[in-house]
Amino acid sequence: MTPAFTLRNVVIAALVLALALLPLYVALTGDRFMLTLFTRIVIMAMAAVSLNLILGYAGMMSFGHAAYLGIGGYTTAILCFEGVTSGFVQWPAALATSALFALVVGALSLRTRGVYFIMITLAFAQMAYYLASGMARYGGDDGLSLDTRSQFAGLLKLSDKTTFYYVCLVLLFGSIALIWRLTNSRFGMVLQGVRSNEARMRAIGFPTFRYKLAAFVIAGTMCGLAGALIANHTDFVSPSMMFWTRSGDLIVMVVLGGMGTLFGPVFGALALLFLEQFLPAVISAAVRPFDAADAAKAGEYWQIVLGPLLLVIVLFARGGIDGLLRSFSDLLRRSKRPGHG
Amino acid sequence: MADALLKVERLAKRFGGIVATDDVDIAVPEGELHAVIGPNGAGKTTLISQLSGTLIADAGRIHFAGTDITRVPAWRRSHLGLARSFQITSLFLDLTVLDNVALAVQAHAGHSFRFWGNARRDADLRDPARAALEQVGLAHRADVRASLISHGEHRLLELAMALAGKPRMLLLDEPMAGLGPDESARMVETLRGLKRRYTILLVEHDMEAVFALADRITVLVYGRVIASGAPDLIRSNDQVREAYLGEDENV
Repeated sequence: MTPAFTLRNVVIAALVLALALLPLYVALTGDRFMLTLFTRIVIMAMAAVSLNLILGYAGMMSFGHAAYLGIGGYTTAILCFEGVTSGFVQWPAALATSALFALVVGALSLRTRGVYFIMITLAFAQMAYYLASGMARYGGDDGLSLDTRSQFAGLLKLSDKTTFYYVCLVLLFGSIALIWRLTNSRFGMVLQGVRSNEARMRAIGFPTFRYKLAAFVIAGTMCGLAGALIANHTDFVSPSMMFWTRSGDLIVMVVLGGMGTLFGPVFGALALLFLEQFLPAVISAAVRPFDAADAAKAGEYWQIVLGPLLLVIVLFARGGIDGLLRSFSDLLRRSKRPGHG
Repeated sequence: MADALLKVERLAKRFGGIVATDDVDIAVPEGELHAVIGPNGAGKTTLISQLSGTLIADAGRIHFAGTDITRVPAWRRSHLGLARSFQITSLFLDLTVLDNVALAVQAHAGHSFRFWGNARRDADLRDPARAALEQVGLAHRADVRASLISHGEHRLLELAMALAGKPRMLLLDEPMAGLGPDESARMVETLRGLKRRYTILLVEHDMEAVFALADRITVLVYGRVIASGAPDLIRSNDQVREAYLGEDENV
């Protein structure tokens, strides 16, 4: 089956191409900052993609997903601090600790529903946050620097920014491919059934708990890998990366981009981090003609603009950015075939 | 009736001070279509919920095909061959009609820890699902989203999902609820087609349908069985007429 030639698919293809060619643009313009920004976007997109599996496809409102970023990151940083610099050890360890944490949190939280589920996942993430703050040997509140990026026996040099960007990008695309297979499999159908009507799933014979738990662990593990990447990206980990507002950011990315869609979380991460980066400057520029003195300060209030923007998208574009693209695609198709709408 | 497929003994369920099911005995032999009727609030849905395992009984025993299933959870009862349809339509509204039935097939096709193959192109799931849709006459709506089909079609889809698991017994909770006369007639015909091939426990308000279909009828009032027997017997039972049928014009 070949994908249909719709506006949405064209935009997705353009996005994939743009991400793949970004280092070329950086090489041509010398704009190193863009490479740093986009590496961050790609990693956060991967975290959002992992959250989307449980939030978007299975309808589980986990409010503690940033914990896995921290756990993956801290596992990498602590091993590095203790002299284990091999990525072949660090990364599997980051995956394993994240999976274990997800297993424990999931086993306890998935027996509850609704607000209780949100609260328990939030509580566990805050516990991880305070645990990290309390580890005096590993910097406590101040966080922990990585002396060196993960070593891959000379096969990959992650200290090279372009190499590192491509490693992150390949892992993002790999995650998306995995989610694509998963969500179309029997396992994925169970998750979508749970999202739609869990009581009915049990009535027709599905022991839903074990499937939800498996999805929860897969999502946590995937996000743990994103955590290992972010530690390598910033050469630094701190408890703040697990703070509950971070989990909130991930939820915003998924909702903004489009829950339960393959590329929605990537759009969401891109949009949120772009706004975070450039909205302050835009606001400053807009204020300058009126009040030159306070223009710089006005930029600090960028979230006053971000908030309503999110509100508009959630209210008027159910399905987020992906939903918008889909609507435009339908509109275009209908206008091409008059007499059909 | 020692060889009954479903045997319920002294079943009871209370919600706080309200007695929803009180000392209920029912036996349904293989192949029978057994109807449960009763005025609103008689505890019919509570009874079906206890049989399907959505509610666990406070007292009493439920035997199905020779095994005691009183404490067996809902999903496992479904595997034993007890399939339930819901009074209030309970579907996967954001999935297609065929997806809905395919999920019901999948529930009985071993575990679902299969992460790779595309389930929507899996003939082992799709073919039986299509067959079940054909049995209820919904095959032409297979690829429509479940939220977009009519109420009557929802009821038929409910039935198709119950059939998809190849059950030994169907528990049907008011399959005619909210149907217009034409749709009701279509449902009665569909159920008549299923009679004898499946053992059926039918909870229904539509008296015409009940008397047209049932081999035996049990009458519940305030959670208690006041009469049980062949349709003619029930029709002429004074206690039943007084408690229930008297208020109904079409009997």
